[in-house]
Amino acid sequence: MSAASSDLIHLVLGIFGVLIVASVIGYVLQRRLSPDGSNAAIENLNARIKAWWAMVILIGIAFLAGRTGVILLFAFCSFAALREFITLTNTRRADHWALAAAFFVALPLQYYLLWAEEYGIFSIFIPVYAFLFMPIIAVLRGDTERFLIRIAEVQWALMICVFCASHVPALLTLHIPGYEGRNVLLIAFLVIVVQLSDVLQYVWGKLFGRHKIAPKLSPSKTVEGFVGGVVSATLIGAALWWITPFTPLQAGLLAFVITLMGFFGGLVMSAIKRDRGVKDWGHLIEGHGGLIDRLDSVVFSAPIFFHLVRYWWSQ
Amino acid sequence: MAKPMTAWLAKPAAVAIVLFARAITAVRAIWPESGVPSGRCIYFANHSSHGDFILIWAVLPPRLRQRTRPVAGADYWLKSKLNSFIGRDVFNAVLIERDREARTEDPIAQMAAAIDAGSSLILFPEGTRNLTDAPLQPFKSGLFHLAKMRPDIDLVPVWINNLNRVMPKGEFVPIPLICTVTFGSALRIGPDEEKADFLARTQSALLALSPKQLGNGE
Repeated sequence: MSAASSDLIHLVLGIFGVLIVASVIGYVLQRRLSPDGSNAAIENLNARIKAWWAMVILIGIAFLAGRTGVILLFAFCSFAALREFITLTNTRRADHWALAAAFFVALPLQYYLLWAEEYGIFSIFIPVYAFLFMPIIAVLRGDTERFLIRIAEVQWALMICVFCASHVPALLTLHIPGYEGRNVLLIAFLVIVVQLSDVLQYVWGKLFGRHKIAPKLSPSKTVEGFVGGVVSATLIGAALWWITPFTPLQAGLLAFVITLMGFFGGLVMSAIKRDRGVKDWGHLIEGHGGLIDRLDSVVFSAPIFFHLVRYWWSQ
Repeated sequence: MAKPMTAWLAKPAAVAIVLFARAITAVRAIWPESGVPSGRCIYFANHSSHGDFILIWAVLPPRLRQRTRPVAGADYWLKSKLNSFIGRDVFNAVLIERDREARTEDPIAQMAAAIDAGSSLILFPEGTRNLTDAPLQPFKSGLFHLAKMRPDIDLVPVWINNLNRVMPKGEFVPIPLICTVTFGSALRIGPDEEKADFLARTQSALLALSPKQLGNGE
């Protein structure tokens, strides 16, 4: 465990260093270009940096609290994400018990199964049991109006917000020979690569962005931002090989997969927002919008990363 | 005489109720450009759930919250010991008798007395919870008579969004959904304003705050 905690400390110090640099840049930009708070982009940048401090500290505390802390943190994230998602769906009065079951039965059970390391049932509980029983509960109320849409929306919400999100802490349950007691660093690897990829795409896009990559879905995303972000996040992933059970090449390849999944996940979630006519999923995180706005790329990459590692590295 | 047990419990109960409401609804206030109302005022809001005034209460800054009292029907809030504890001890409601026959006090006079004593009020001018498909029911005349009696007081429209989906009528398990509470700019009654004009004006001021319903299929 001592090797893990010294790696973790190095990692945390590195992240703090990055955040300090970001905060200084944000401060200088604000003093020079937006002394009266009139430049919305800079104000938003600073709000985002501040929120990053809070998120890093929160995740750090969860890591210190160990397995239970990490599971509780992601259970809370699932709850807040599901709350944002369901708010935008077409629920009707007849869905009341099905929704109550999603929040108060399916969500806690999924995380309980994770905590109990019941992998077999954990991996199919939502796609099999929740997906079959939830429409049964809803249909008992006899309201057929837009039934398929209502059921599909809640199932998709559970899939994204609970099932996919729970695969981040599920990394703790993998048994990788020679990597015992260090699994929390796999979560750190995943989260750092995905989030840096988002940030770097934003930075590259702001600096060099000319050609829009998906104007209908996300007008701020550019080809230059996408390529720059994916390449630089992949290189950073490779450079983080020392916290993983991978070689530098393997770490880079996995980081590449993670960033691609994250990018496309962001596009899918943008499409849902546009469909619903909202700009952000919510207001939970100052400067970022809702929790799903921050988590969208993580939830899409987490299950794929989990299964790749489970298939090739774990016993 | 020693303070009764309920008085000691009222503060922690208020904190617990507000925390619970926040956990379920992540409620967020949207203030008008003129900012948070500074002085005494009457907040008048749409009414679809027994939790409505709790959400308004939860988003008010503490200094305003302390002197804000909801106006509520005595029939419901005195129905049981628990109801009366929450209504009277925790939220210090101005309890009015809605049944004309059973009245011993004039509700308008009760509200005016609470205002004179320095309180702000939370009022639901629809009278009862809105269980219809319409966004707002026609206002009862109480708001008009109160405004006539105290014409100097600010009337602040407040739109509570989504709470009817959190807790539809007849359900007792709340569904976690994000709610917002939108405050409008204050208005006052005109010196010669007729009842019908005033009620129409206040109704449309409140309705103007309602967002386009997102996702609500009902």
